[in-house]
Amino acid sequence: MTAPTLVDTRGATSVDVAPRGPRTSTVFWTAARRDALTGYLFILPQVIGVLVFVIVPVGLGVFYSMNDWNVFTGKMQFIGGEHYAAVLSDPQLPGVLSATAVFSGGVVVLNIGLGLLLAVLLNRRFRGVTLFRTLFFSPVVVSVVAWTLVWGFLLQDNGGINGVLEAIGIPGTNWLQQGSTAMLAVVVTQVVRSVGINMILFLAALQGVPGELYEAARIDAASSRTIFFRITLPLISPTLLLTAIITIVGALQAFAQIAVLTEGGPGLYTTVLVYYVYQQAFAFNDIGYGSTLALMLLSFVLLLTLLQWQLRKKWVFYEN
Amino acid sequence: MNTARKLLGTVAVIATLGVVAGCSSAGDPTPVRTTAAPGSVDLRMTVWTSNEAQLALFNGIADAYKKDHAEIGTITFESLPFADYNTTLTTQIAGGNAPDLAWMGDLSRDLITAGALVPLTETLKSTEGWDYDDLLQSVVGQFSDGDQLYAYPFSNSPFALYVNEDVLAQAGQTLPTNPTWEEVSEIGSAVHAATGKAGFVIRDFDYSGWNVLATVWTGWGAEAWNAEGTQCGFDSEKMADAFAFLHDAAFEKTSMPGPGAKADFFAGDSAFTIAQVSRAALLDGSFSYSVHPLPAGPVGEYSVLGQAGVGVLQSSPHVQEATDFLAYLTNPENAEQLAQFFPPPRQSLLTGEKLAANNPKLTAQQLQQVVVDQLPSAVPLPNHTRPAEIAQKVKTALDAMWTPDADVPAVLSSVCDSIDPLLSK
Repeated sequence: MTAPTLVDTRGATSVDVAPRGPRTSTVFWTAARRDALTGYLFILPQVIGVLVFVIVPVGLGVFYSMNDWNVFTGKMQFIGGEHYAAVLSDPQLPGVLSATAVFSGGVVVLNIGLGLLLAVLLNRRFRGVTLFRTLFFSPVVVSVVAWTLVWGFLLQDNGGINGVLEAIGIPGTNWLQQGSTAMLAVVVTQVVRSVGINMILFLAALQGVPGELYEAARIDAASSRTIFFRITLPLISPTLLLTAIITIVGALQAFAQIAVLTEGGPGLYTTVLVYYVYQQAFAFNDIGYGSTLALMLLSFVLLLTLLQWQLRKKWVFYEN
Repeated sequence: MNTARKLLGTVAVIATLGVVAGCSSAGDPTPVRTTAAPGSVDLRMTVWTSNEAQLALFNGIADAYKKDHAEIGTITFESLPFADYNTTLTTQIAGGNAPDLAWMGDLSRDLITAGALVPLTETLKSTEGWDYDDLLQSVVGQFSDGDQLYAYPFSNSPFALYVNEDVLAQAGQTLPTNPTWEEVSEIGSAVHAATGKAGFVIRDFDYSGWNVLATVWTGWGAEAWNAEGTQCGFDSEKMADAFAFLHDAAFEKTSMPGPGAKADFFAGDSAFTIAQVSRAALLDGSFSYSVHPLPAGPVGEYSVLGQAGVGVLQSSPHVQEATDFLAYLTNPENAEQLAQFFPPPRQSLLTGEKLAANNPKLTAQQLQQVVVDQLPSAVPLPNHTRPAEIAQKVKTALDAMWTPDADVPAVLSSVCDSIDPLLSK
C-alpha cells in the first residue's frame, strides 16, 4: 500500500503527503446545522414542558393504572388490567358518562350558539357597543371559584334568583337539589362565565370577512339568512372549528363548578367524569382506578379532537 | 507519655459520661432514649386548626420539650384547611412527604387498618407519670385496634342542643325540661310560623354531611352499621322511623330548613341547633342562649360525640422521637392545658369546674351536664374504613330522600345496596 498522492492544483509538482480526514470535518457547524440547532433551541422549552407535564404524567398514569397502590403504606402491587376490567363493571360509571355527555353537549351547544349570536349582534356599530362587549367578556377574567360561589348563593332555595322570580310572580324551584335543574344550573353557570371567549373569537372572525362580499350579495338581492349561511358562516368556519375544539375540551375539564356548586349531586346527576376521577384518586385514595379513568378521559378528548380535525375537511372553508 | 494520654482519655470519658448522666437525671423524668445527634431531628405535625391561641399553646409545649431534648431541631405545626384535610394528608403521605405526627378524624380507621400508625400503648404506659389508666375507655375505641391504642383522642366533644332563648321568647314558646325530639320539632315549627326563622338545624348536615344525623337516629336506636362494620343498618325499621321524623320535619312541619335553605344558629337564624360542645366558641353574646344534652328519642336519653386524635406515622424517619414528643404533648400536665380547647379523654380532668376554668362561654353546671355526664356512654359518629367512598355513596343514595314525596324505606334500602359491597370488604 502506498500513501495517497495528491495533485497540486497549481500544477507545479506532485507531492506525497500524510493521510488526512475529509476536508468537511473541520466545518461541522454548517449553516444548515446552525439553523437546525437554533430551531431545536427555540422549541426546547416547549419540548421540556410537554415531556414533564404531559408525557411523563401520562406514562405514570399508565403505570399507576396497572398497580394497586396503598397510599397509606406506599406499597404497590402489580395487578395488570384489573382496573380496566373494573371500568366495565363500575355501576356508577354509566351515570357519570351520561352526566358528562349532557354537561358537555349542553355547554358546547349553548356556548357556541350564544357566543356566535352575541358576536353577530355586537359586530354592528351602535352606541355603547364597547360597553356591551366588555360586559359579556368580563366574567372570563373572574376566578372560576369566586364566580361559582356567588352563583351558589344565588341558586339556593332561599337565594337571589328565586327571590327575583317570586317578585315577578313566578314560582321558583330548588335549583341545585333536583337532578334536571341542577344540571341546567351548572351548564348555565359555566356558559355565562365562558361565553365571552367565544364571542371575542367570533367577533374577530366576523370582522375579517371582506365587506365587498356582503356588498355583492346585497346587489344580488340575497336575504340576510342567505348571506349568513352562504357567506358569513363558511368564512368563519375555521374559527368555528377552533371554538368547537376548545369548548369541548374545556367542558370535559370542568371541575371547580361541579365541586363548588353541587359536589356531583343530587345523586349522580352532575357527577362528570373529571370530578369522578378526582373522587376516586384523591377522596377515595384509589389512585390506580382514578388513573384508569383519567386515561379514559384523555382518550375521549383525543378522539373528539381527532374526529373534528378529520371532519374539518368537509365543513371548514379555507380561503387559500 | 503513654500513661499520661491514657489517664487523660479516662478522665475525658468519665467527664463525658458524668455530663450525660447529669443531663438525664436533672431534666425530664422520661429518659432520653434517642441516639440522634443534637439538633438533627425536625418534627412536623399536621393539624386542621388555624386558631392562633391553640397554635400558641402547641408551640409553647414544643418549646418546653425542646429545652430538655437536645436532639430536636424544630417542631412545626402545619395548619391544613379542614375541608381538604384528609385529601391533603393522604396526598402528602402518597407523595413521600408525610408528617411525623398528624391529627386525624374519620381517617383513623383507614390509617390503623393499613398499619400506617405507630402503636402507642407500650410507650404511653411506660412513660413515667403519663397515667395510662386515666384514659376514659369509652373514647379510645375509635383510635384502637383491640387493646392497642394508635392515636391519642385529644378532643372528645359531645353533641348538644343549643337554644336561642330570644327567638323562643319572640315566638312565645318555652322549652320543657329534658325535651324530646318531637317537642323540639313542634316548637321549631311554631317558631318558623311565628318568626320566619328556622326551627332546628343539624349543624354541618346541609343535606350532604349525613353522618351527623347520627345525633338524631341514635335516639331511635338505629345505627349506620353494626359494631363490626359489616352489616348495613340503614334499612332497619328504627332508621326508617328516624328518617321519617326528619323528612316530616323538613317537608311537613317545616321545623327544619329544607334542602338548599341556609340558616346559621350562631348568627341568630334559628331557634335550635345540634352541634358539638366545642362550637360554643362561636357564641358571640348577640343573643341569650342555653345548652342542653341531646333531646330524648323514642329509646330515651343518649349521647353522641365527635372525636379527633393525634398519632405518629410509621413513615416518619423519626418514629422514636415523634412518639416521645407525643407522650410529652399528652401527659397529664399538657392534657390539662389542651383541655381549655378540647374536651379531654382523661377522667381526672373531666369535671365541670375544671372544664369551666378555661371556658368563658359555658358554666360549670352546663359543662358537667353536656360533657362530663355524657362522655362515659357517648356513641361516636359513624366511622369505617374507606370513609370518603362510603360517605359519597350514602350521600348519593340519600339525595333521593330530600324531595317531598320520597319513599323513605325504599331510599334507605338503596343506601344499603350501594354500601353493602364496601362494608363486606
